Amino acid sequence: MSKEIIKIQDLKRDFTMGTETVHALRGVSFTIEEGEFVTIMGSSGSGKSTLLNILGCLDQPTSGSYELDGVSVKELNKNELATIRNEKIGFIFQSYNLLARTSAIENVELPLLYNSKVSTEERRERAIKALEMVGLAERLHHTPSQLSGGQQQRVAIARSLVNNPVMILADEATGNLDTRTSYEIMSLFQELNEKGITITFVTHEPDIATFSSRTIVLKDGNILKDYLNDDIQSAAKELAALPVEDH
Amino acid sequence: MRLLNLLKIAFKAIVLNKVRTLLTMLGIIIGVAAVIAMLAIGEGSKESIRSTISSMGSNMITIRPGTDDRGPARGSGGDVQTLTLDNYEVIKEKASLLDYVTPVVNGGGQVINGANNWPSTIYGVNPDYLNIKVVGLKSGSMFTDAEVRSASKVVVLGQTVVDNIFPDGQDPVGQMIRFNNIPFKVIGVLEEKGENTFGQDQDDIVIAPFTTVQKRILAIDYLNQIVASAVSEDAAPDAVIEVTDILRSEHKLLDNEEDDFTVRSMEELISTFSSTSEMLTILLVAVASISLLIGGIGIMNIMYVSVKERTKEVGLRMAVGGKTADIMMQFLIEAIMISVTGGVIGVALGLGATFFIEKFLHWPTSVALYSIIISFAVCAVTGIFFGWYPAKKAAALDPITALRYE
Ligand SMILES: Nc1ncnc2c1ncn2[C@@H]1O[C@H](COP(=O)(O)OP(=O)(O)O)[C@@H](O)[C@H]1O
Ligand SMILES: [Mg+2]
Repeated sequence: MSKEIIKIQDLKRDFTMGTETVHALRGVSFTIEEGEFVTIMGSSGSGKSTLLNILGCLDQPTSGSYELDGVSVKELNKNELATIRNEKIGFIFQSYNLLARTSAIENVELPLLYNSKVSTEERRERAIKALEMVGLAERLHHTPSQLSGGQQQRVAIARSLVNNPVMILADEATGNLDTRTSYEIMSLFQELNEKGITITFVTHEPDIATFSSRTIVLKDGNILKDYLNDDIQSAAKELAALPVEDH
Repeated sequence: MRLLNLLKIAFKAIVLNKVRTLLTMLGIIIGVAAVIAMLAIGEGSKESIRSTISSMGSNMITIRPGTDDRGPARGSGGDVQTLTLDNYEVIKEKASLLDYVTPVVNGGGQVINGANNWPSTIYGVNPDYLNIKVVGLKSGSMFTDAEVRSASKVVVLGQTVVDNIFPDGQDPVGQMIRFNNIPFKVIGVLEEKGENTFGQDQDDIVIAPFTTVQKRILAIDYLNQIVASAVSEDAAPDAVIEVTDILRSEHKLLDNEEDDFTVRSMEELISTFSSTSEMLTILLVAVASISLLIGGIGIMNIMYVSVKERTKEVGLRMAVGGKTADIMMQFLIEAIMISVTGGVIGVALGLGATFFIEKFLHWPTSVALYSIIISFAVCAVTGIFFGWYPAKKAAALDPITALRYE
């Protein structure tokens, strides 16, 4: 058995809004092992983002336990959580969340700015390497407004890779992109996964799930299904099979 | 996070909002510039008062009739007639710390030369007067002790009087003029001294033997003042005490009685004026400080806006590992950078303004180094003080809430 990266047990998350309580997660348990490519599926409002935010140490569960890479997250204070996010997690958002009017390379460098172990030169080097990995070696000094949606998401992916995280969490990372670009991004994720990076990918598009090794389906805050995918599609092949657009 | 990185981030945020930042800085800029200029003017006028007074003779001691009214420039002491020629003679004889002593009687009148006349003041003195006032003669000569004894009708004129009654530029020495219809022979002209700090024309003056002025013009037997010079500037305070003792025994004052005269050294006069101008400086600085305070509030306001519109950015920075202190420092440094940059511009502007005031308004100025240092310190403190709360607010944000902020 390989190493467990994520281990959650009976995770619950309630939101209180005035007098009403929303049970976004009603007791979710699963384990994700190193090297897995997991998609979390479910209709809108089923609790996918809530779950991912907790996995990303951005939010805390109301009850239940969460162990990340052997560390019990509940015990950590605000600054220790920041360090975990900085060193172990790469988070990718649906809306990219790049700093406006800031070059791609500076955006990618951002997590390393908060890591005092990394020198200025090393920071630059690693940012360039990350951007090369996502195929943006030629766009280092472009600002988000000078990049397409797909390119912006690639910058965000490079940013999530730059501090060599143990896992990447992506919340509807292809949600704002067209099919072709989505497939390009998915093939990039598959490449990264082949290099051994654990990926947890939230989506509500079933075709995206076919590129992953495992799918967890949520419904109203509960796990509906959790199955291994024995027919993993290659995003690169699907991409080649797409009808060529005329320009 | 390293300080250099924080500085870069703050610098970037400022550069991305140039106009807004500049407008925010305006309060600080004006405040600092005002403080620098006001202090320079205050300091300058203080120095100029000091130098004017010393140019009037820094060893000078003035004895006036009447009790100390603390009014620095109260002419002759009104109608009080407690100073007499006898007093003068006793002081001259007994005071060991005085070099020169002269009685002074003075009165206003018309100086007339043919069709030209000019209202001026005649001072009746003895020849020591020139040594006490540290003034020389431009032409001619001073009257002698013999001329004083014989109450000769001779005068020495100030340049302003000469200019007004001898408009053709002829040499006044040797000419006959009249003062209040009494004929005088002009025997000398004083060197020009110009205006003093109080705007008095020191050349609008006529000098004659005090005997002549006492008898022929004023018809009085008392003195308006006795003016003396101490042997040195350092001896002046002791000389004041000495003269006071002499006069008290001369006037037969009992221990419980107040002086019926006032003895002042220039040093006292200087400090009286300095304290007046110091008060003025404090007032000016207070006004300038209010503008600095308003500048600080402007910074606080803009920092709130900055935190608010960058809530998402704060969320992202936290999501990728920014700690509370990192976020806090980021905004704090931004606030300090705004206020200190404002301070730099303000100092430059203040120095510029001071230069123009000196050059074109001819006001005396003197920039004190401490005013620049204080301005910078105040700016940094302003930045910290007014940036603190918004920065804290940013740092207290919850990452998810911040990321979701639209
Ligand atoms: N901060 C919050 N405050 C209140 N309710 C929330 C909050 N975040 C999520 N919810 C609620 O929790 C439920 C799950 O939301 P979410 O995890 O965003 O769903 P999904 O990502 O699957 O669309 C929804 O009903 C949503 O309204
Ligand atoms: Mg969602």
